Amino acid sequence: MSSIPTTASEIAAAIAAKEITAREVIDAHLARINARESDIHAFNKVMADEARAHADAIDADIAAGRPVGPLAGVPIALKDNMCTRGVETTCSSKILEGWKPPYDATVVTKLREAGAIVVGKTNLDEFAMGSSTENSAFGPTRNPLDIERVPGGSSGGSAAAVAAGFAPVSLGSDTGGSIRQPAAMCGVVGVKPTYGRVSRYGLVAYASSLDQIGPFATTVADAALITEAIAGHDVHDSTSIPQDVPSFVEAAGQGVKGMRIGRVTDLPEGAEPEVTARLNAAFAALEAAGAEIVDVQLPSLSYALTAYYLIAPAEASSNLARFDGVRFGLRVNAPDTNAMYGATRAAGFGDEVQRRIMLGTYALSAGYYDAYYGKALKVRRLIADDFNRAYEKVDVILTPTSPVVAFKFGEKVDDPMSMYLCDIYTIPTNLAGHPGMSVPFGTGAHGLPVGIQVLAPALGEVPMFRVGGALEAAAGGAQ
Amino acid sequence: MSDSTLSSVVATEDQLLEGGWELVVGLEVHVELATKTKLFSGSPNRFGDEPNVNIDPVTLGLPGALPVLNKHAVELAMRIGAALNCTIQECIFHRKNYFYPDQPKAYQISQYDLPLNADGYLDLPSGTRIGIERAHMEEDTGKSTHVGGSTGRIHGSDYSLMDFNRAGVPLVEIVSRPDIRTSEHAKEYVAELRAILEVIGASDAKMEEGSMRVDANVSVHKLGTPFGTRCEIKNVNSIRALGRAIDYEARRQIDVIDSGGVIRQETRHWDDAEGRTHTLRTKEDADDYRYFPEPDLVTLSPSAEWIQSVRDNLPPLPAARRAMLKELTGYDTQSEAIIVAVERGQHEYVKAIADAGGDAVKALIYVTQAFAEAGANPAVPAKDIAALTILERDGKLSATQAKQVLADIVANGGGDAAAIAAAKGFEAMDTSAIEAMVDEAIAADPDAWAKYCAGEEKAAGAIVGKIMKASKGKADGKVVNAIMQARRG
Repeated sequence: MSSIPTTASEIAAAIAAKEITAREVIDAHLARINARESDIHAFNKVMADEARAHADAIDADIAAGRPVGPLAGVPIALKDNMCTRGVETTCSSKILEGWKPPYDATVVTKLREAGAIVVGKTNLDEFAMGSSTENSAFGPTRNPLDIERVPGGSSGGSAAAVAAGFAPVSLGSDTGGSIRQPAAMCGVVGVKPTYGRVSRYGLVAYASSLDQIGPFATTVADAALITEAIAGHDVHDSTSIPQDVPSFVEAAGQGVKGMRIGRVTDLPEGAEPEVTARLNAAFAALEAAGAEIVDVQLPSLSYALTAYYLIAPAEASSNLARFDGVRFGLRVNAPDTNAMYGATRAAGFGDEVQRRIMLGTYALSAGYYDAYYGKALKVRRLIADDFNRAYEKVDVILTPTSPVVAFKFGEKVDDPMSMYLCDIYTIPTNLAGHPGMSVPFGTGAHGLPVGIQVLAPALGEVPMFRVGGALEAAAGGAQ
Repeated sequence: MSDSTLSSVVATEDQLLEGGWELVVGLEVHVELATKTKLFSGSPNRFGDEPNVNIDPVTLGLPGALPVLNKHAVELAMRIGAALNCTIQECIFHRKNYFYPDQPKAYQISQYDLPLNADGYLDLPSGTRIGIERAHMEEDTGKSTHVGGSTGRIHGSDYSLMDFNRAGVPLVEIVSRPDIRTSEHAKEYVAELRAILEVIGASDAKMEEGSMRVDANVSVHKLGTPFGTRCEIKNVNSIRALGRAIDYEARRQIDVIDSGGVIRQETRHWDDAEGRTHTLRTKEDADDYRYFPEPDLVTLSPSAEWIQSVRDNLPPLPAARRAMLKELTGYDTQSEAIIVAVERGQHEYVKAIADAGGDAVKALIYVTQAFAEAGANPAVPAKDIAALTILERDGKLSATQAKQVLADIVANGGGDAAAIAAAKGFEAMDTSAIEAMVDEAIAADPDAWAKYCAGEEKAAGAIVGKIMKASKGKADGKVVNAIMQARRG
């Protein structure tokens, strides 16, 4: 068992070379889950039997000399807001408890075709609304690096699963930072691709114009590998981009010589000093690696949080209206249909979800639309314009991923505004539709990991992974 | 629609209602498009199947499902725009949010401030031009059946059954400007629209099956004053019902105003059995639909080439078909025969008969009378009918004989008119034989002859009857008349 490699690419190579079996890999990961899952609660459901059966089938294929996919035997955990045929998909909400989708999300189909083995569905803030995974209806996930602290959110379960070694890679979804922020807090790599790069078909929508699926991994190369595997045009998603996917794995090893790295001079304040120190160290490391640091301004960034908390709840209020007790999920019976809707939704949705549905409903209401939703859309355009102007001067932009390191349970959950501020550096790029990633880069307060965020223009995953790879190399050398 | 700047049409004096009231009507017509699959998914678009078989994750609004626009639906919607002389433009979809059990996602994907088709018109056969504000795309809802309770509505029912076969079926909503001034025009508008939709293959447009649904916005006012408050009339299930509902509603509104009341903006339900409308919901209960751009779909930008090809490939519309028959026959475009032939799509057949050397007027009459059941493509070679029209025109057969030969040809799916006539013994009588018969008949009924000679035209009937009887229908009525007039001097 000690010979099981830690990264997805090594595992796939070892299995393909018949050095180990897929079954051995799965058993090793299930053993780790058994040992620590009760402390961490990364999963809503561990799919042990299905995973073993899948591993055995792959081993049989390999033994028989049949061709297998590039990720054959690689364990992967899925955020529990991605539809898996016949397997409960809950969004960590009581309203969907027990619901088994009749279809697979496109990313699930693609991973299965590549030979990856789904080990389980991971915990999240209910419907991906939150930054700590404390909003799960099934209890919070704990940070494997310090179980007194949150793993971040909303994809906290997927981040924790990778940080705890339950799976070498996992998928999360990122609407305002829900992959990058928990990656930073759990000390792993997290990637949000360009909006439209990865199909959203089968991802239970929070905010459709912002949601994007991406991977968690322990290395930048693995993150690149999984991004490649799930990217590409999908006829089931009208917003997916009909563009070829270049090699991100290659990009991750190309270095940054000659690249222009943007430093935002008017970045909103509020980052912990240790976080800022790590950002400065990152600039120094990239400069040492041959990149040029260029100052850029993003004046509209300070409006991003406000715009996000109008646009995302507005879309959510509509997306979540289908949870009405009529066709699936929870139904609380009542004397008439309207009362049934009310009782079902009051019982099924948690506080944060109800808060955002109400915010969003208000923002779209007649007489308020122009002042709230309409204005937020204008801000969104301004932010995209700011970024596009900056990207005329630089290839990527570097910021902290999160202003703070992982915080303790209960610290922010009763103060929504301070919780929302956790996403201040990640939200703008969702509004612009651009890619971004978080790379662990040393530690901050309490010895907890700090993530550095690499932002790039639309379809700029190649320069993003180049810088991510260089940061990883520098961080390894520094520690 | 209370804004009178929306319409520049003014009723003529004879169109005004009693008391000088002007009726103002705008129609909203929903038509289901004749696509194979639904607007946003691959499930079949088919009427009459067992409940809940034409469904899939998108139709049911399952979590994670996403809409993908059906290109053929766009093509058909563009045909409607082209046929209604609209601007066909770049457009987007919006979500219209409301809770109802037959609305799976709790929002309808529709179009709002940027519809596919805008600013067109439809010319009524009687001549009036009715403006078309827009013709936009949207998806249909499922169908609810409310069981128990007395009203058949959701309120007060014991339970409701949902059929999602219809959910997601592509619709186009065609919104007229408030340019309609009489209930007759409203009926004419719907009939002409239906004919256009059928001709262009966009919809089967059956009001009885619900593939065409008409809502009427009705208001009344005195000329020179702003438009009155409108009421929207729903549940109008036939063209005849539309006329009755508008007439009733206009009367009701005038009565309310005359007795000092005011019209509330509301939605009213037409009860065809009772012949009246009643309140369904008032403006105060109206939903706030919280429209916003549908983020799961991208902008629909039909290329200039696509739009042009849709316009170029439009078949001749009913108006052009009527004009063609007028040209052929000299009949008025509003004549019953032309209207019927075009409605049934038999204009091409009439033309084929004429092209085969037939008499166009006789062809039109034969076709409308003998092929009522046959529809657009009577299974009789046009040349056979053409030959028959010529025999009758040239006096080789009387009208009565021709009718019998025609029945034979229709029954056998074709045949040589001359041979059939010969087999029936329908040899044309020569004029001298008819002259002899006329003289015989005059001799047999001198009273009638005297009356006829004194100018009593009706008296001819008795004599002609005798001749026809004697000739067993072989004598040509026109020839008989000519001889009688010559004898009278």
